[in-house]
Amino acid sequence: MHDKTLTELAAGLEAGEFSSRELTQALLARIERLDGELNSLITVTPDQALEAADKADAARAKGDTARLNGLPLAIKDLFCTEGVRTTAGSRMLDNFIAPYDATVVEKLKAAGTVSLGKTNLDEFAMGSSNENSFYGPVKNPWDTNAVPGGSSGGSAAAVAAGLVPAAMGTDTGGSIRQPAAFCGITGLKPTYGRVSRYGIIAYASSLDQAGPMARTAEDCAHLLGAIAGHDLRDSTSVARGVPDYTEELNAPLTGLKIGLPKEYFGDGLDAGVEAAVREAVKVYESLGATVREVSLPHTHYAIPAYYVIAPAEASSNLSRYDGVRFGHRCDNPADLIDLYKRSRAEGFGEEVKRRILIGTHTLSEGFFDAYYKKAQQVRRLIRQDFLDAFEEVDVLMGPTSPTPAFDLGANKDPVSMYLQDIYTIAVNLAGIPGISVPAGFVGQRPAEGRPAEGRPAEGRPVGLQILGTHFAESRLLNVAHQFQQATDWHCRRPAIAEETR
Amino acid sequence: MQWETVIGLEVHVQLATRSKIFSGASTAFGAAPNTQACAVDLGLPGVLPVLNETAVAMAVQFGLAIHAEIPEVSVFDRKNYFYPDLPKGYQTSQMYHPIVGPGEVEVTLDDGATKRIRVHHAHLEEDAGKSLHDPFSNGMGHGMTGIDLNRAGTPLLEIVSEPDMRSAKEAAAYLKAIHSIVTYLGISDGNMAEGSMRCDVNVSVRPIGQETLGTRAEIKNVNSFRFVERAIAFEVERQIELLEDGGKVVQETRLFDPERDETRSMRTKEEANDYRYFPCPDLLPVVLDLAYVDHLRDNLPELPADKRARFETDLGLSAYDAGVLSASREMAEYFERVKDTCGDAKQAANWVQGELSGALNREGRQIQDSPVAAETLGELIGRVMDDTINGKAAKQVFQALWNGEGERADEVIEAKGLKQVTDTGAIEAMIDQVIADSPAQVAQYRDAEPDKRGKMIGYFVGQVMKASRGTANPQRVNKVLKDKLDALC
Amino acid sequence: MAIDKTDVLRAAHLARLGLNDEEASHYQDDLGRILAMVDQLQGLNTEGVAPLAHPLDATQRLRADEVTETDRREQFQRCAPAVEEGLYLVPRVVE
Repeated sequence: MHDKTLTELAAGLEAGEFSSRELTQALLARIERLDGELNSLITVTPDQALEAADKADAARAKGDTARLNGLPLAIKDLFCTEGVRTTAGSRMLDNFIAPYDATVVEKLKAAGTVSLGKTNLDEFAMGSSNENSFYGPVKNPWDTNAVPGGSSGGSAAAVAAGLVPAAMGTDTGGSIRQPAAFCGITGLKPTYGRVSRYGIIAYASSLDQAGPMARTAEDCAHLLGAIAGHDLRDSTSVARGVPDYTEELNAPLTGLKIGLPKEYFGDGLDAGVEAAVREAVKVYESLGATVREVSLPHTHYAIPAYYVIAPAEASSNLSRYDGVRFGHRCDNPADLIDLYKRSRAEGFGEEVKRRILIGTHTLSEGFFDAYYKKAQQVRRLIRQDFLDAFEEVDVLMGPTSPTPAFDLGANKDPVSMYLQDIYTIAVNLAGIPGISVPAGFVGQRPAEGRPAEGRPAEGRPVGLQILGTHFAESRLLNVAHQFQQATDWHCRRPAIAEETR
Repeated sequence: MQWETVIGLEVHVQLATRSKIFSGASTAFGAAPNTQACAVDLGLPGVLPVLNETAVAMAVQFGLAIHAEIPEVSVFDRKNYFYPDLPKGYQTSQMYHPIVGPGEVEVTLDDGATKRIRVHHAHLEEDAGKSLHDPFSNGMGHGMTGIDLNRAGTPLLEIVSEPDMRSAKEAAAYLKAIHSIVTYLGISDGNMAEGSMRCDVNVSVRPIGQETLGTRAEIKNVNSFRFVERAIAFEVERQIELLEDGGKVVQETRLFDPERDETRSMRTKEEANDYRYFPCPDLLPVVLDLAYVDHLRDNLPELPADKRARFETDLGLSAYDAGVLSASREMAEYFERVKDTCGDAKQAANWVQGELSGALNREGRQIQDSPVAAETLGELIGRVMDDTINGKAAKQVFQALWNGEGERADEVIEAKGLKQVTDTGAIEAMIDQVIADSPAQVAQYRDAEPDKRGKMIGYFVGQVMKASRGTANPQRVNKVLKDKLDALC
Repeated sequence: MAIDKTDVLRAAHLARLGLNDEEASHYQDDLGRILAMVDQLQGLNTEGVAPLAHPLDATQRLRADEVTETDRREQFQRCAPAVEEGLYLVPRVVE
């Protein structure tokens, strides 16, 4: 059961081949067996999961045919889950049992899904490798020497390893798409405001957006339909109807106009990644699409602008962790200032502190105009680049990340780590949707790797990123789905997922 | 040297919404600690603010009342600083694009003169919680501060004046004018004792004739009209003394201590604050369309200045009476109800400012808590006007109503038998009796010079009133007595 | 724009992050390199470009003024480090 897609599992439940309880038990057993090494989940919630599964089975017995009823998944540990520890990957919230559900969690529960637990992540979603977690790094199921990407690395690894068929992620600068690419799965970052942020622990409020991570675009379409929509509790969520995202999945791509941003194929792009992406574009041409080169001239300003805006918002968003009402508090504070300084010094990890310091500095008196205001002006130019491009083409395509998953511990320097997000970050600044789909592999497995006998060595996955204009999710899912009808990259499973069916 | 005082006020007005500015928690005063602090007010991880439409409407109403510009777009910013009663580590406020632009307030000074004080802007923001120091009587938590976040997130309108005031009296008059506008609009209960209105005062002095402003001190949290005057008076004296001794005023925050009647420097907590204002990414720009603003403008209640003018011109009240009776919405409404019931504005004004205000002051009550309803008072005045009772009896009736000895004036008049005797026959009988019982006084009257007799008649009036237990109509008694006595001469 | 150690310590103080001297030096180095990267922005002419705070040109929606929340103090204070009689406790604040 573990290697099936959500859609296949839904059919199995529908046909009575297995119950939600059986499915849940099987996956919990896999987690028990495999996650010790992968470390993709911070908290597993078997009791709640089985209770939810039984409820779903009972509902089905009474004729509930809701599409997602009884389907298991995992939730990034950045979403508040009532009665379940919600850590944000931080020591600061190690003891935090959320007293309420995020809107996304509420919607997933209402749809009948069964959460198996909370996935590992970079602390407060700050990172591109999942090495910044208080709970230790997550390993890439394709190669346990490699990172799974970040910040939704636990979600990506859990799906890739067949521990869950789908997981929720969040994406502030690429945190759904890049780990999806590194782990060979499909991940969708919706338009800013499409999915409620209420109850998602904030990193950078004007950039954060939740989205689904699964094996296929079709699964993502089902999940997006369940979580999207206007939320009265989120002022920035958009009051706009939610279409049936599965409706256009099978629309033909004849006449689709694809733009390849020339800036996404420049220096620093791994040759193997480029080859896989160009191969994927050829597949689209064979499906009737036309391809042209376009330009997003301000691409190279995206990372500098992001590293002003995101840390500035984060420095303010993270001020609430002060050791007073919840979260970590230092022992025996001498006075108030000692309480603040030690609680926060002990509770936050290095990358979080780095971003708080940068954000505090750039917002402070005398620097605001040069940094924050400037970055917001550049942000407008970056958004305009995309809007101009979408006047000419329907979608943009390129690599999700310039390289495949790198080795654990390989990127020690923060700036070089930041530069990894060159293709994903501008998308958040512009607020447009993007999806990453598996499009091949780079390199070989290491000699001592674990491919099962007779299985071809494949290396590390490559993600193709497809971008659309605001609210073009249906189109993106259609374009991604058609690719998955024509290729089988999304069906490949790492050796670890092959073990013990 | 002659000195000029320059004062600017920042007035924080708690808006009388039911729920908080960014959450659905109640704003009611006096609940048990932290029972009205919801997830949003506590700044729990993941929560988000949504703006209260009534807070917006109230702010705009205030702006319209002071004839201010109402910008189409206003924006919320975050003011970042750490304090235990500030749950998120920032206060959501409006730094760069406030909801109310420049306007002005007309204030009336003690001599009846008016002066216009410019308002720089007014902006919406959230209130903080409360810190209670050494809150436990049982010794628990000794040396600790307790934090109650019930107040956190209560909507505030901060009204920032230009430095247009030149004396403590002007500052107090301005504060009263603001109080009267917000209570007229019904956007705040204006209860200073409960902190619904709080005030920071910026004070500086400069030699008369000097253009540039002197260095100012900011006096924080001055919470009554009287304290504003006293704090300014003290601070002005302090600054002048300092300057005349060759010293310099330091720009600083000071606290007013009402017990010692002085201001003193707040321990400079640390180096200057750097609030790192930036637009709140969880809230979008607030856009007010013209039709909405027009709708609010069309539905504004009559404001104090208009009411005062109408009292003078339409009701013929003196400027003083009009000023007193329009000072608060409750006072004005009470007065108008009394006037409408009895039909005479001057009588109504006399009673409201006389008997009623006296009784309220004696018991320290607000007019809205008066045990005598406006209609009841109007009815009572009506009974004087239609000669049912005389003025003296009316005061008795009022006192009885005040003491709860009856609901209606007529009921009390009846119960106490105060109905005035206007029946000439009855009065004549009483007079005849008094004349018959007072031969000596009648003889004196007869012997007196005619121009002295006027004074002597008082004795007979007193006797008749006594005989009638106060119910005889004094004018009638006077007239009949005079006729009868003169007939004897 | 370079960053010196006093800037780092100032930011750390504003953000209430305790840093020892060694950590301050370490962050000074990191922040210096991050700011050098960020400084690429200065090379771009943005005259006349309006700052963009949100990716969508949306405006604030308003909430009806209704009390929708109930008292959940007990649940909320379960994860509080120190409470007494319903109050959150901190070391005495000197005014």
